[in-house]
Amino acid sequence: MTAARRFLIRLFNSAARRVQDERLREEIAEHIALQTAENVRSGLSPAEARRQALLKFGGLEAMKEDYRAERSLLIIENLMRDLRFAIRMLCKSPGFTAVAVVTLAMAIGANAIVFGVMDALILRPLNVPNAESLYGTEYGVDTGFQSYLNYIDLRDRNHSFDDLAAFSMAFVGFDSGGNSTSASGYAASGNYFDVLGLHPHLGRFFHASDEHGRNSAPYLVLSYSYWHSRFQDDPSVLGRVVRLDKHPFTIIGVAPPDFRGTLVFVSVDFFMPIVNEELVNGEHLLDARGNTRAIFETFGHLKPGVTPAQAVADLRAVGTYLEKTYPTEFGQANYSLAHAGLTSFGRAVRAFMTGLILLTGLILLAACANLGSLFGARAADRSREMALRLALGASRARILRQLLTEAVLISLIGGVVGLLGSVTLLQRMSMWQPFPGAPIHLPINPDARIYAVALILAFVTGFLFGMVPVRQVLKTDPYEIVKSGSLSKIGRRIAVRDLLLGVQITICAVLVTSSMVAVRGLLRSLHGNFGFETRNALLVSTNLAMAGYSGEGLPTMQKRMLDEIASIPGVEKVGLVNNYPPLIYAAGSRVNVFYEGTKELRPSNVAFAPYRYDVSPGYFDAAGTSLLAGRAFSWHDDQDAPAVAVVNRDLAGKMFGSVPNAIGRHFTLQDATRVEVVGVVENGKYLSLTEDQQPAVFLPAFRSPASLSDVVVRSPRDPQQLAASIRSKLRELDAGLPVDVSTWNTMLDVALFASRVATVALGVMGAIGAMLSITGIFGLAAYSVSKRLKEFGIRVALGAQRKEVLKAALARSFRLLACGSAAGLLFGILASRVLAFIVYAATPRDPLVMLSVVLVMSLLGLVATWIPAQRALSVHPAMLLREE
Amino acid sequence: MKLKIGVQQGTLALMVLKTLDVLGPLHGYGIARRIEQISGDLLAVNQGTLYPVLLRLEQEGAIASEWGSSENNRRARFYRLTRQGQRRLQVETQGWEQTATIIRRFFSAKTEDLS
Repeated sequence: MTAARRFLIRLFNSAARRVQDERLREEIAEHIALQTAENVRSGLSPAEARRQALLKFGGLEAMKEDYRAERSLLIIENLMRDLRFAIRMLCKSPGFTAVAVVTLAMAIGANAIVFGVMDALILRPLNVPNAESLYGTEYGVDTGFQSYLNYIDLRDRNHSFDDLAAFSMAFVGFDSGGNSTSASGYAASGNYFDVLGLHPHLGRFFHASDEHGRNSAPYLVLSYSYWHSRFQDDPSVLGRVVRLDKHPFTIIGVAPPDFRGTLVFVSVDFFMPIVNEELVNGEHLLDARGNTRAIFETFGHLKPGVTPAQAVADLRAVGTYLEKTYPTEFGQANYSLAHAGLTSFGRAVRAFMTGLILLTGLILLAACANLGSLFGARAADRSREMALRLALGASRARILRQLLTEAVLISLIGGVVGLLGSVTLLQRMSMWQPFPGAPIHLPINPDARIYAVALILAFVTGFLFGMVPVRQVLKTDPYEIVKSGSLSKIGRRIAVRDLLLGVQITICAVLVTSSMVAVRGLLRSLHGNFGFETRNALLVSTNLAMAGYSGEGLPTMQKRMLDEIASIPGVEKVGLVNNYPPLIYAAGSRVNVFYEGTKELRPSNVAFAPYRYDVSPGYFDAAGTSLLAGRAFSWHDDQDAPAVAVVNRDLAGKMFGSVPNAIGRHFTLQDATRVEVVGVVENGKYLSLTEDQQPAVFLPAFRSPASLSDVVVRSPRDPQQLAASIRSKLRELDAGLPVDVSTWNTMLDVALFASRVATVALGVMGAIGAMLSITGIFGLAAYSVSKRLKEFGIRVALGAQRKEVLKAALARSFRLLACGSAAGLLFGILASRVLAFIVYAATPRDPLVMLSVVLVMSLLGLVATWIPAQRALSVHPAMLLREE
Repeated sequence: MKLKIGVQQGTLALMVLKTLDVLGPLHGYGIARRIEQISGDLLAVNQGTLYPVLLRLEQEGAIASEWGSSENNRRARFYRLTRQGQRRLQVETQGWEQTATIIRRFFSAKTEDLS
């Protein structure tokens, strides 16, 4: 108690010094006065009496030191004094302070942002109880997709999971009385909430016991946010019947507020039992083992004591069993475990984040090198001050502490500024919805961890660059410096700083190179050949199931839609594709293709697995995909006509040797249909821009009708007007059908999203790198010019020309810049190989990239040395020589 | 002989407390004089060392201080014992007496007592 009380008092006193000094002074004066009076009374002369009194009192200064040490905490008092001094020093050179703070703010801010995103996507587990033992399963290569029957077998036959739940995405027309709007949700297995261990906010969840076969559980659980936004937190929604794609469902509960579904980057509106899914999707997904689109992901808690490796072995055993039991329907696909919440995106996200972290780490390192050399230069400038302090008895440790205080103060200010910036940015990111209509949402939530990381980074960088001048201070010989000025040993001292600056320029050049490579890659991918033409094209997306169509009604209605849209003035061509066209929402399902005459249609006999698109007559024209040989589909290629297909050049070449060879040949599909190849079209991109060339097959859409389709509309008209007329036309056709119209280019943004994000990120890093090299080169050039102004004065006085002065002043900076840039370019080219798999067509061996890097770096050098050069040129010898 | 700093501070603090207990509120000079009179040379020189001890005692709450006027009518800081100080004085006095008793007994012991 007493000790704590005393500590607090001393802590307080450390801040308030003046008042107490006054009290001590007064007490001492009074003490001496009283003693003197006493001495006088005992017969001494007044002067002698005072002398004796002082003697008796003892060493005044030593006692004051003791008193001060008792009164307050010396460490803190010294720290406060250092801080005050540091603030004064920083205010004295506002330019230096601003450069340092901005540099650090950018470096620390960039790191905080990257950490925030990584925290949200990777580090933080799903917001459910015991998330650490929750694993998703992966089926095949990099995907969670599998069929419902496979899931059932996996659930019942594995020995590793407590229980396995599954879900798939459901996009529906949600009708709560009156108007129907699109909503997205999960169709989840009955045990979904029980596996997660969640409790409803309101009402109840559905359970495994609610499932009694197909369409047996017309129940609906709302997500909290949807309940809030659509039903205004109305508790009476429980028991209300709403319609999903015209089918009645009863709302039975509301999920807890912090649960937004089992994918971290998606927040959904509702949860429905998967046994009722075909009502809204219109497809019979549940009883087809070969249909691997039924389940998006399965997940569950591992049993206590089961390691992930054991679980993988167990899952593989189930896979082997399934492959033996259902040889025709179960593909050769291995099971493995995945990060729950990210599923198959985990690997790509992780690779990308790792890359980003490396780059931001480099930026921080560059900033450290930059500030280190600036600090070294400053310390050299202040060597006279240091020498004087040493001569007056300051210990070297004390001086170092003071320098470190300055460095850490700067880095803390920079850290706070950077943190504020990054938190603002992160908050905007979390509001961001990259794709209209898709429930994608980044769950970024700046919290204490981000603050802590930023502050720790600030401290560490402060210490790192603050340590640069240490050697300099330790070696300072006060006698030499006070005697001769600070110039004597300058040559050697600059060497360390030169090295730092060289490193920093190298790092910056790496960043600039990477961003150039990325930007160029993006430009290329925007102007590359996709195998279709996205300009002047609209996509009209409808899901006829939302308006209650099914079976025979689908092709009839779709044909009418095509006719109606084609009749709009200005529309040149229309064509329809089931689901989505290539590249949109990564829509590409593969189909197994066998050589004609294959006996057993087993997975091991599959010849190729091309992407499959079901397209209507006119689609190739409307999409701008050129026909290389044969014919496109006609309206006669329907269910009664013989099966025909159009293949792309890749498949034609691989399967039949050449394009002309393919026409008229046959192949066999999984369901044993014999298909004749009637046409060959050009190659294209199907799933992503970065994929290698893939085979593709196009089948007539109306042989296998689907409710979800996109109509491609080619027209030179203004997209907005055209979209309005398309909408009104379709409303005349069926007022209850939700229609999405957007330009093909907008939809392509989704496919380009990853490269865009990567490019923006790299572009920002490149810009920061460029800024850093400017400040670094500027710092060095300005410093060396100011150090050598006198020398330049003498040179000019002796008749040196401008060119020679410039050469003397800036040769060193430029040499460093050249060496650093060359090294950076080299490293950058090596690093860019890593980029190639995110950014499409990113190749560093591109003369334009090389040229622009060299150009940018020289431009940076020019900008950074401009002011110092001006200063060197403007020396007036007479004035300078007079000065000293 | 010079006492070690810790011991000196401890004994000095105890003397201050005892002085204030016996004589009531006093200023620094007054305390110094009393201690000098009683203890002889402990404060004959370096009277100043008293002030850090006073400060410490005050921070620990054993004494309190306020401004008053001294015998020659000048402003002086007067120290007085607090209740907590009184308790501490009792405890420490007992402690000292115990220690002193033990030490005395130890030193007066004969060889045969120790065998």
